[in-house]
Amino acid sequence: MRTPRNSPALLFLFLFLLPAILGVLSILACARRPDATGAAAGGDAAIENKGSDTIVNLALAWAEAYRAVRPQVSIAVTGGGTGTGIAALMNGTVDIANASRRMKEDEIAAARAQGVDPVEHTIAIDALAVIVNLENPVGELTIGQLSDIFTGRISNWHEVGGRDAPIILVSRETNSGTHVYFLDEVVRRGEKEAVDIFAPGTLLMPSSVGITSEVRRNPNAIGYDGLGYVTAEEKMIAVAAEAGRPHVMPSVATAADGTYPLSRALYMYTAGEPQGEIAAYLAWIMGPAGQTIVRKLGFVPLGAGGAASGPS
Amino acid sequence: MATRFDATTRDEARAALHREQPVIGERVIEWLIRLSGVSAIALVILIFGFLMREGIPALKDVPLAALLGSRWYPITGLYGLAPLIFGSLLVTLLAILIAVPIGLTTAIYLGEMAPPLLRHILKPMVEILAGIPSIVLGFLGWVALAPLVQRAGAPTGLTAFTGGLILAYMALPTIISIAEDAIDAVPRAYRDGALALGATDWQTTYRVVLPAARSGLVTAVMLGIGRAIGETMAVLMVTGNAANIQLDRNMFFAPVRTMTATIAAEMGEVSQGSPHYHVLFAVAIVLFIITFAINSIAARIIGATSRQRSGE
Repeated sequence: MRTPRNSPALLFLFLFLLPAILGVLSILACARRPDATGAAAGGDAAIENKGSDTIVNLALAWAEAYRAVRPQVSIAVTGGGTGTGIAALMNGTVDIANASRRMKEDEIAAARAQGVDPVEHTIAIDALAVIVNLENPVGELTIGQLSDIFTGRISNWHEVGGRDAPIILVSRETNSGTHVYFLDEVVRRGEKEAVDIFAPGTLLMPSSVGITSEVRRNPNAIGYDGLGYVTAEEKMIAVAAEAGRPHVMPSVATAADGTYPLSRALYMYTAGEPQGEIAAYLAWIMGPAGQTIVRKLGFVPLGAGGAASGPS
Repeated sequence: MATRFDATTRDEARAALHREQPVIGERVIEWLIRLSGVSAIALVILIFGFLMREGIPALKDVPLAALLGSRWYPITGLYGLAPLIFGSLLVTLLAILIAVPIGLTTAIYLGEMAPPLLRHILKPMVEILAGIPSIVLGFLGWVALAPLVQRAGAPTGLTAFTGGLILAYMALPTIISIAEDAIDAVPRAYRDGALALGATDWQTTYRVVLPAARSGLVTAVMLGIGRAIGETMAVLMVTGNAANIQLDRNMFFAPVRTMTATIAAEMGEVSQGSPHYHVLFAVAIVLFIITFAINSIAARIIGATSRQRSGE
């Protein structure tokens, strides 16, 4: 003890305690950050925006354009799926949740139970396109045929006028709002009491890109995606609401005037009525500047036709 | 000058040894070391306890018979774990079938036959393979391997076989380097003895070196399996994620959904405390038990061989 320099105990303490102290400090620093930035109303502000993968490109484009309008507001956009965004809103980790479907009643109840009162904002209209490989001769289907295909009741293309080849079903993961919309409107034909579900062999893709790439390279695949994500390398199917009705190709025009059966509203949810910078941002999105970007990305702007409010 | 300096340091060292040790400092060190040792066990117990706490309520929400069912579709409350367990086991089995023969023969080549120069080049390269992030391999599999599998005649490129190949590739470096270390550790006297008795090189390897290295080889294979069954992201990208049990001669070339991919894909969506949330933890418990069983079997085998050898 007379020569403490030689004592390895001090070295040991130093090696163990220093990382521990640094660790605790960094955790504290991380934990405090949201308080510091989230509450800012004037001056510099940060908005956390998360949810639907259908909306993520649109939300990114808005966030980027808004930087020119209000440079002091920084907006962080992430995808992950509608369910993911809504869960994050409930847990208080985001300011705005992007949703490609309405919140379900049990989700609203769960949010209220956690002290979050979700407020809905309709931000754009989306048309869902059913896509197949460019080599596929099938060009039009009814909702009833699509339901039979995606439940596995029809499993060969020749049954709907195509080649003699098995049908490969491609869908989004179940946490996607697009998946739920397709389940309700196509697989279950919009009937509330229907219990049909996707065939068990359906490929579930974690992203929109997963669907388009599989459809591009697999001549027997059929999938669905937001109109804004379809490129010239996939073939879109003209859809009829029921047999005998006209088959309609999805487009901005047919989604806006309501003739295309698979179009829906896209939403943003806030925890309570939006305040300050968040309210200003939402107003800008729903205004002419924001809606121009909607059209540019292949979605349908609000008020472009009869289908401006609510799902089709 | 120099010798005198050496002499004084030596004297100082001797004096330090004889000096009375700082008792408190020593105790602190002992406790810190003990703490580090115990913390590993404590962490495993904590993790298992947490899994149990979150997963056991699944039995209250979902009857056991439903958990054993063959359909997994959480949106409608179908929580059959069978297709997920089937998927994980099938992909892992394929990975073992591919990786173990290749890995062990590579290790034998490196340890017994390769000229020293080649060995010095190959060994580090194998270790670099181990450092490739799994997501990179997954991306590679999705972009490059899946189209090849499809062109070879599978209905889609996203199959159990594709996942097994990628996992085999991921398990290979682990298997090769541990197996090679085990072969390397066999005393030289064993080889010399065998050769002196007139055995050929191959007889020496096959009848003497491999049996002597058996416990190390088993460890290599088991750790490889552990790596394969726990892998998530790569599998999520290349297996198609269809929760389907297909039992026919094409089963290896059909899409499957593994337990890890299911947890990764759906964890973000669930609201805490919902049945789906608890069932995902139940999936994690099943995964934990399977990994635990594999490790226990490995420990058993290693224990048995070392006892056998010490008894000889």
